[in-house]
Amino acid sequence: MTELKGRKVMVGKAEGEALVSTDGISFYGGVDTETGKVVEKGHPLEGQCVTGKVLVFPTGKGSTVGSYAIYDMKKRGTAPAAIVNKEIETIIAVGVIISEIPCVDQIDIKKIKTGDKVSVDADNSKITVN
Amino acid sequence: MQLTKEEQEMLDGKYGNAVKSSMNILVSLGEIFGAKRLIDVASVQIAGVSYHNLGDAGLDYLADLAKDGKVRVLTTLNPAGMDMENWKALGIPEDFADKQIKVIEAFKKMGVVTTCTCTPYFIGNVPHYGQNVSWAESSAVCYANSVLGLKTNREGGPSALASALTGKTPEFGMHLDENRQAEVIVNVDAGMETITDFGALGYVIGKKIGKKIALIRGIEKASVEQLKSFCASIATYGGTALFHMEGITPNKTTVPKDSVDVSQPELDKAKEEMNDGEEPDIYAIGCPHLSLKEVEDIAKRLEGKKVKKEMWICVARPIKRTAEQMGYIKTIEDSGAKIACDTCMVVAPIKGRFKCLATDSAKGCFYGRGKNSFKVVFREIPELIEEATK
Repeated sequence: MTELKGRKVMVGKAEGEALVSTDGISFYGGVDTETGKVVEKGHPLEGQCVTGKVLVFPTGKGSTVGSYAIYDMKKRGTAPAAIVNKEIETIIAVGVIISEIPCVDQIDIKKIKTGDKVSVDADNSKITVN
Repeated sequence: MQLTKEEQEMLDGKYGNAVKSSMNILVSLGEIFGAKRLIDVASVQIAGVSYHNLGDAGLDYLADLAKDGKVRVLTTLNPAGMDMENWKALGIPEDFADKQIKVIEAFKKMGVVTTCTCTPYFIGNVPHYGQNVSWAESSAVCYANSVLGLKTNREGGPSALASALTGKTPEFGMHLDENRQAEVIVNVDAGMETITDFGALGYVIGKKIGKKIALIRGIEKASVEQLKSFCASIATYGGTALFHMEGITPNKTTVPKDSVDVSQPELDKAKEEMNDGEEPDIYAIGCPHLSLKEVEDIAKRLEGKKVKKEMWICVARPIKRTAEQMGYIKTIEDSGAKIACDTCMVVAPIKGRFKCLATDSAKGCFYGRGKNSFKVVFREIPELIEEATK
């Protein structure tokens, strides 16, 4: 069990299986909000479903409409359970704030592997990897 | 972050739910990005207007804020997914139109000026030099910071709307002078005459330096329209919010040590790269939306001619009204070209309807390919008109 300390972006607690990407994610155009699947061509997570996962990636990218796409996924029930970033930027930050998805950044994401069971405790700015 | 008494009350809900949730977004962002305080904004430009991008969830989000939310500063809107009056002629489906109208109604209820344009600076949203604003729309952000000397971060739909409903933004990033200094010199040695020259220049510089702030040297002169095209292109291909162009843009900057060069062959290559060499089936001009001068030029070129292809001329509605007064719109419509207000070929839901887009916009080429899976052809306006009327 490893505890990683970061910075809270959006409060809340969540648990789930980690889905880790080495590349940034664009929620507008890069993820299908209806299915929760990553659709960006050539993306390391292409074809994988983010729904219910603790989604771990370096940072957001792409259009600012991505914030609304995250909100859309939350309403449809296709959103990740939590988001963990190396470095947050405004698209993901606004997305998780309006969607109330627990989110922590400034995490050394290399220490997390896809399939790890991760508890996110954003209230205390930390995550636990089992 | 230090909040004033009034700001704290806004966050606590004294001014209603829309203000409360807006303050929550702004204060959260301010804390994440190290702002010390909130500052007043002089105006707002909101993105996230097309129903195509918002979906039902986004529409609900807006309708919820519209219950008790009212804008506190001049606020204008980005393009919608359709011409709000002439949508039938542009082939927009009725169910889409219903939803798009609901989106615009929600904004109107909040007091947003529903002009739907990516060039708010052409239609009266023009604060004075040095003022802080909260603008979304990457091309307008770049134009505001670089050409008008306003100060804005690259806002998204929800954060810009939050600024509109509170009149505030957290002070970080582009609002602070220390973050507005050039990071790299770009020496341009190429003939810069036309709109596509400037579009190609934005493409080359954007790909070379990404989000860095450039001090561009070697440009003798640039029109408002050329700068508009350049801003759209450099923001699309690089992601920058600000550049300095020596002798042309008004901001002061320190001079960086690093430099890169841009040559004529690189510009020529960029133009080739935005050319898939196929037969266009839609010609679209006005990304970003046209100036009044551009509409006049297009009308003169189309006078007495008939277009043989689908052709869209994209403008803000207030520009269209003035152009109507001058007779330009009648000339354009008599040629068979269609005026598309409130929208453009990038945001309208036209994927699948056309195969190849011909445009003078480097930004239009990027989104035509990426969003609508079109092939693209990149040409000057006179060439586009000549081809479409041949």
